[in-house]
Amino acid sequence: MINGIAVDMIKEQEKSKEYIKQMGTRVLVCAGTGCVANGSLDVVKRFEELGANVSMKKERVTTIKTGCHGFCENGVLVMIPDKNVTYVKVKGDDVEEIVEKHLKNGEIVERLLYRDPQNGHIQQGNSDINFYAQQTRTSLSNCGHLNPEDIRESIANSTYLALSNALKELSPEEVCDIITDSGLKGRGGGGFPTGRKWTFVRTAQGDKKYVICNGDEGDPGAFMDRSLMEGDPHRVIEGMALAAYAVGADEGYIYVRAEYPLAIERLRKAITDAEKYGFLGSKILGTKFNFKLHIKEGAGAFVCGEETALIASIEGERGMPRPKPPFPANKGLFGKPTLINNVETFANVPGIMINGAEWFQSLGTEGSAGTKTFALTGEVNNTGLIEVPMGTSLRKIIFDIGGGIRNNKKFKAVQIGGPSGGCLTEEHLDLPLDYASLLKAGAMVGSGGLVVLNEDTCIVEVARFFMNFTQNESCGKCVPCREGTKNMLRILEKLVAGKAELSDLDILEELALAVKDGSLCGLGKTAPNPVLSTLKYFKDEYLAHIEGKRCPAGVCEAFKKIVIAEDLCKGCSKCARSCPVDAIEGKVKQPYKIDQNKCIKCGACLSSCPFNATKEV
Amino acid sequence: MVATKQGLTSEKQSKLNGILKKYDYKKSNLIAILQQIQEVYRYLPEEALTYVSVKMGLSPASVFGVATFYSQFSLNPKGKFEIKVCDGTACHVRGSMPVFNAIKKKLGLTGEKITTDCLRFSVETVSCLGACGLAPVVMINDKVYPKMTSEAMSIVLDELMKKHV
Repeated sequence: MINGIAVDMIKEQEKSKEYIKQMGTRVLVCAGTGCVANGSLDVVKRFEELGANVSMKKERVTTIKTGCHGFCENGVLVMIPDKNVTYVKVKGDDVEEIVEKHLKNGEIVERLLYRDPQNGHIQQGNSDINFYAQQTRTSLSNCGHLNPEDIRESIANSTYLALSNALKELSPEEVCDIITDSGLKGRGGGGFPTGRKWTFVRTAQGDKKYVICNGDEGDPGAFMDRSLMEGDPHRVIEGMALAAYAVGADEGYIYVRAEYPLAIERLRKAITDAEKYGFLGSKILGTKFNFKLHIKEGAGAFVCGEETALIASIEGERGMPRPKPPFPANKGLFGKPTLINNVETFANVPGIMINGAEWFQSLGTEGSAGTKTFALTGEVNNTGLIEVPMGTSLRKIIFDIGGGIRNNKKFKAVQIGGPSGGCLTEEHLDLPLDYASLLKAGAMVGSGGLVVLNEDTCIVEVARFFMNFTQNESCGKCVPCREGTKNMLRILEKLVAGKAELSDLDILEELALAVKDGSLCGLGKTAPNPVLSTLKYFKDEYLAHIEGKRCPAGVCEAFKKIVIAEDLCKGCSKCARSCPVDAIEGKVKQPYKIDQNKCIKCGACLSSCPFNATKEV
Repeated sequence: MVATKQGLTSEKQSKLNGILKKYDYKKSNLIAILQQIQEVYRYLPEEALTYVSVKMGLSPASVFGVATFYSQFSLNPKGKFEIKVCDGTACHVRGSMPVFNAIKKKLGLTGEKITTDCLRFSVETVSCLGACGLAPVVMINDKVYPKMTSEAMSIVLDELMKKHV
């Protein structure tokens, strides 16, 4: 370091590797939002209390809080890479056993290892666990393996090496060309070729340019960007710095949802540390390149994921989109040429710069290079964060990585791409997940939310749910979106309430097409997708709600009735106490009854009955 | 609209001035300014918004426009414990609404009302907290509660009620 600024990255990396070496055995405890909710801070505290940060049998042990490991379903996750061991569902009380047996005596604590739900076999480490073994983790490679709050760990894992190389050896144009050659496309949903976007901004006229990272991950059911920002913030920052160098920007913003307080905290720390090391700020790595990075907190508006709306929000305005052109590349933030990319897009950049464009191309399919992260959630056994090469089939994701459908239920559909995407069915299970194939099937990669639905999910209700979301989030600028989504929602509400007529389906479809055509931004253009795709693949379910006056999945409350079986009821009064509307009456030790006029069919009594006497009919 | 018609106390004025100064009275910091004000008051009082607009040289309409556009901002007082029930896709299909209804019942909130009269609790749904692997989740202030059920929620609320007294 010269005056506190890292100049020779190779030396800096060696120093950091040495620093990690002296930690001895590393105990990696997941401290992503999911595991923190499951009590991982308590686990860390126990490790520290039990002296796991001191020498044990002459060997040093260091407990480290990492970002998301991805296997959220089995949190709290504790990984000890030395012995290739991953402990799952660890509680504070289990720590003593791990310390005594594993850390002191080298014995593996078998009961805390992961068992394959299908055959009961023990899978010891990440390389054995199907969930991990079937993935290709590149942008997530550091996530869960290092302390995101310690920049030295990132440096030891080659972070900022690509930046240093580029600043010394490549011209901005060459950096743009490498990204173009790699075939990287925007990971936020649009899928626009990243290299072309960079070239537009690079060649745009202007003395002041900006780079913006879109971390407004508003899609319900998606948390890839959150995990990246929390788990490996320096990778995102390096990607942004490389972009800024390539397009000639000297100032940047990371726009993060206010709902992600931990991501904001870790990014703040990362930016401060990167400035200290001279990876951000002025005269970066001793060159003439300057880049000042700020964080902007969002305030809860889905539409701000759209680039022009996001720019308006950073400027302190209502986050409403505006027509393009002019594109942000020419007239963006404060009227200056601006590059906007998504978090995951930036996270892919350092890997491409280090390993080359061809490496990236070799990972995916033609037209969809590289890998993609997905948030796998819903009715699947292994929920969590995954990364797979583009073109991987849904079957592999849901059944091999995801471990199949929870509780041995039947697969029904997978909702991909959130409120902008669509539902895919059994017939699409072997479809390669890439930009072109999904568009053809009426869905889109979107940001990467994959919500698995089983036979107990009502497709019409899911369509209503998404329409309710987009209707709420419509900014109101374009009339077709503002009014159209409202009327589509009205029809979907009629459907789930059992009051729709056949003609409503035609109106619904007509409205959907009008909203698609008549809206300015991505929100309106894609809002009808969930309806259109479910109408296409699950028309019979819509018809059942109209003609059959029933909900095939047994979800829609209008068609439901909950009763108490007299012979099973012991009169314990649990159901009556759980009822939010006081619809259940009776005397203790005698069978209770549900007043059907009062009942809102919420199902609270179903889960509260210890004797299975409450039933839906 | 007349500026500071309800007369902000001088203490409140100096608090607001501090926030405005910290953010340099800059238009591009308006959202951050409103977030700070909401942190102080737990909502955005009308007179504070008017005061901000006068001090920043913006029309009250544009400040109210921003305050009403973003769902994070509330023009009505919120409870000391802000309960956010996640109703993202994953939580929704795993039963977030029964949990939401149970909380409302426990707190005696009906209809559109989201805050208890004692200003201890407010409850609302949010679109996605990004903890989908643990659905359904509930966030109270900054703490995330995973895999919630009506019964588990009831225990959590009991504890919070005790804490506050």
